[in-house]
Amino acid sequence: MKTLVQTTPSGLYCAAGDFYIDPARPVKRAVITHAHADHARSGCQSYLCAREGQSVLQTRLGAEARIEGRSYGETIHLNGVSLSLHPAGHIRGSAQVRIEQGGHVAVVSGDYKTDPDPTCTPLEPLRCHTFISESTFGLPIFKWPSTDAVMAAIHAWWRENREQGLTSILFAYALGKAQRILVGLDPAAGPILTHGAVEKINRIYRREGIALPDTRYVGELEDRSLLREALVIAPPSADHPAWMRRFPKRSRAFASGWMRIRGHRRRRSVDRGFVISDHSDWNGLTATIACTGAETIGLTHGYAVEMARWLQEKGQAAEVIEMTAAAETPVDGEDA
Amino acid sequence: MNAFADLYRRLDETTSTNRKIAAMAEYFERTPAADAIWAVRFLIGRKPRQVVPTRKLMAWAGEHAGISEWLFEASYDVVGDLAETITLLIPPPTRVSDRPLHVWVTQDLLPLREIDIEDRRRQILAAWDRMDAPQRFVWNKLITGGFRVGVSRRLVVRALARMSGIDAAVITHRLMGEWPATADTFQRLLSTDTSDADISRPYPFYLAHALDGAPEDLGPPKDWQVEWKWDGIRGQVIRRRGQTFIWSRGEELVTDKYPELATAAAELPDGTVLDGEILPWKEDQPLPFGELQRRIGRKRVGKKLLAEVPVSFLAYDLLEFDGRDQRSATLARRRKTLARVLAPLAGSRLMASPVVAAPDWEARRHLHGESRRRGVEGFMLKRCDSVYGVGRRRGDWWKWKIDPLTVDAVLIYAQRGHGRRAGLYTDYTFAVRQDDELVPFAKAYSGLSDAEIREVDRFIQRNTRERFGPVRSVRPELVFEIAFEGIRASKRHKSGVAVRFPRILRWRRDKTVAAADTLATLKGLLTAP
Repeated sequence: MKTLVQTTPSGLYCAAGDFYIDPARPVKRAVITHAHADHARSGCQSYLCAREGQSVLQTRLGAEARIEGRSYGETIHLNGVSLSLHPAGHIRGSAQVRIEQGGHVAVVSGDYKTDPDPTCTPLEPLRCHTFISESTFGLPIFKWPSTDAVMAAIHAWWRENREQGLTSILFAYALGKAQRILVGLDPAAGPILTHGAVEKINRIYRREGIALPDTRYVGELEDRSLLREALVIAPPSADHPAWMRRFPKRSRAFASGWMRIRGHRRRRSVDRGFVISDHSDWNGLTATIACTGAETIGLTHGYAVEMARWLQEKGQAAEVIEMTAAAETPVDGEDA
Repeated sequence: MNAFADLYRRLDETTSTNRKIAAMAEYFERTPAADAIWAVRFLIGRKPRQVVPTRKLMAWAGEHAGISEWLFEASYDVVGDLAETITLLIPPPTRVSDRPLHVWVTQDLLPLREIDIEDRRRQILAAWDRMDAPQRFVWNKLITGGFRVGVSRRLVVRALARMSGIDAAVITHRLMGEWPATADTFQRLLSTDTSDADISRPYPFYLAHALDGAPEDLGPPKDWQVEWKWDGIRGQVIRRRGQTFIWSRGEELVTDKYPELATAAAELPDGTVLDGEILPWKEDQPLPFGELQRRIGRKRVGKKLLAEVPVSFLAYDLLEFDGRDQRSATLARRRKTLARVLAPLAGSRLMASPVVAAPDWEARRHLHGESRRRGVEGFMLKRCDSVYGVGRRRGDWWKWKIDPLTVDAVLIYAQRGHGRRAGLYTDYTFAVRQDDELVPFAKAYSGLSDAEIREVDRFIQRNTRERFGPVRSVRPELVFEIAFEGIRASKRHKSGVAVRFPRILRWRRDKTVAAADTLATLKGLLTAP
């Protein structure tokens, strides 16, 4: 992997094609796997991303950012390397970056998941020689329940709260997770309210034809009696007294892969934790890696050390790709 | 066991006291007495002892899950809870059942201790195969001896009181001491018949709050009885119908561990209960707590140890006299009776803890300053007209503790925490300077705010120098003020000292490593006043 992709203080770099993938600092040419803040940073001269994610990325980076969107699978020739973007199934517009030069294929996965998600194109398994995979949840303790089971649990919690006259506040990342949950909600169950950050992304998703149920922006809510039976979707950052005081009687829950671990749920001191992630669980990661048929595996983010060792034990060439601190996603990061 | 596993989940999921009480009350109402009594037992903290060595259990679970030892350990490190790690890793069950809690406990859990290790393995694997994840989690908590859920005994009592209408103080008293976990016991626990007959049963201990203001604010000094706050084991000595029972505050019956106290107590009149402190005591003064620790772990003590570390019981209070409950009498009155009861035992290993005779707060402050030299932790302040209450109440009894010793030390190693702190680096090792070296001297786990913990966690992630298994060595840069209750010379520690109850007092962001304290300063505290 030294040949096609290398690590630099600014992030993963393809010297032959002279571009960076999700750079941590401003560079000339950035290829962006998806629009979450730890992957898409402002200040680069030009951006390339999957067309499916272009509007979201533009909203996040600002109108002045120069962004070029390409269809999934479309080949771009850059200084003698062939570059193409392929669905990663993480959030809308998320992409794996495939780079080919002289018969050697390297793929940088970005964040990806194998579980179904109606808001985005599903992960496309790719064959390659070198696969650089994320490993946010790269331990066998991380195994996700089915989305249907989780949605049923969310509905049950919402129903219980309605019976007690409590507002159900569900914290979920504003981009991706919130919409994936919305699609799974039963609009007949009660009013669904949203935080501004979620509503902003909802507008883009709706414009692009994703059938989200009707939602109301909390800030414009006039009929406060709705609160007693409402489900509110808000980003985790909204969990502070100034915003929460509008819901005097409430139950709080958090939707994240980290909720698989009691300690994480208790630390957030939420009433409920729902295990739903836009990343692959252990089974998803190991299956996807096996599917690539890659000779060499590079691992980034999360439990890279552990996954690399596990793969090595299986006789697979694997190594940890050290990210600079700025490029490392913190535990409990935006998108888990 | 589904109902109990569900109760555990509900208790674990909420931070609201009311919801916890409601969940327990509902459970006790719906659950057959034979199960409910086990739930009471576990919830008030009487968890079963570990039945399998941790190493073995980890190995069996790892094998069952098909993962190597290191991967199991890496997972454990992230989850921070063994029972939970196992639950998350092992393959799904093939024949889930809902056997009652008491059947699991009496037929499977308790007999595990009696069978050989290979049979234990088979039984535990078979049990896992019959449980869904919530049941497995509770079961694992029970077999690892780590059963704990965020409720206090007081909450359990409030739930029982709510569902039965029996007074909470009565239930608290009935839960003291030893009782068999049977349906009968549960019925007696909530019975309206108050003629209880267990002669070994201790009273609930009355506890004090730490004094948060100045003692002068408490009012006239004559209203307050002052006692030394001894550094031993709080306990109760019971003499009823010719028998002696000695209980520790942890409600362990320790009569056999302290034969010298049992001998002395035989001289007490029938129907007497004393509250006091078990102390290592020689030549009219206490020995360091460390000496008492030599006796705590022993079931039977040899002659040598008895001679080296004899104990005395210093009585604070009289809870029962002539077979009658004295708790509603005033402290002044109880002390008078106590003196009368103990007078015939003068010179024995049972004595009244002396009342500190200092007329005003100034004189008391002066004596308080001598605490460390006298080997005590400070004063207890008790209102002279106070009754002996139940649990911990504010107002009548206060602990006036001495300020801890402190040094400024450097964070050098970190390890991930457990429970609520799982996944975060919260367990730290601190060092003091010696020439150009940093010498570790204490581990501390608490004292920082959640926000500070997150900040330190980020620092550790970014400044790791080496990893030794779960432990990371960290670039020495952060300085913290470390407080501890006591210090003694120790050959077992690299620093040459051992400190007691170390914790983080504050983060000294204003200090660099060069400004941290030296080993010489730390050792200087060995002779602190």
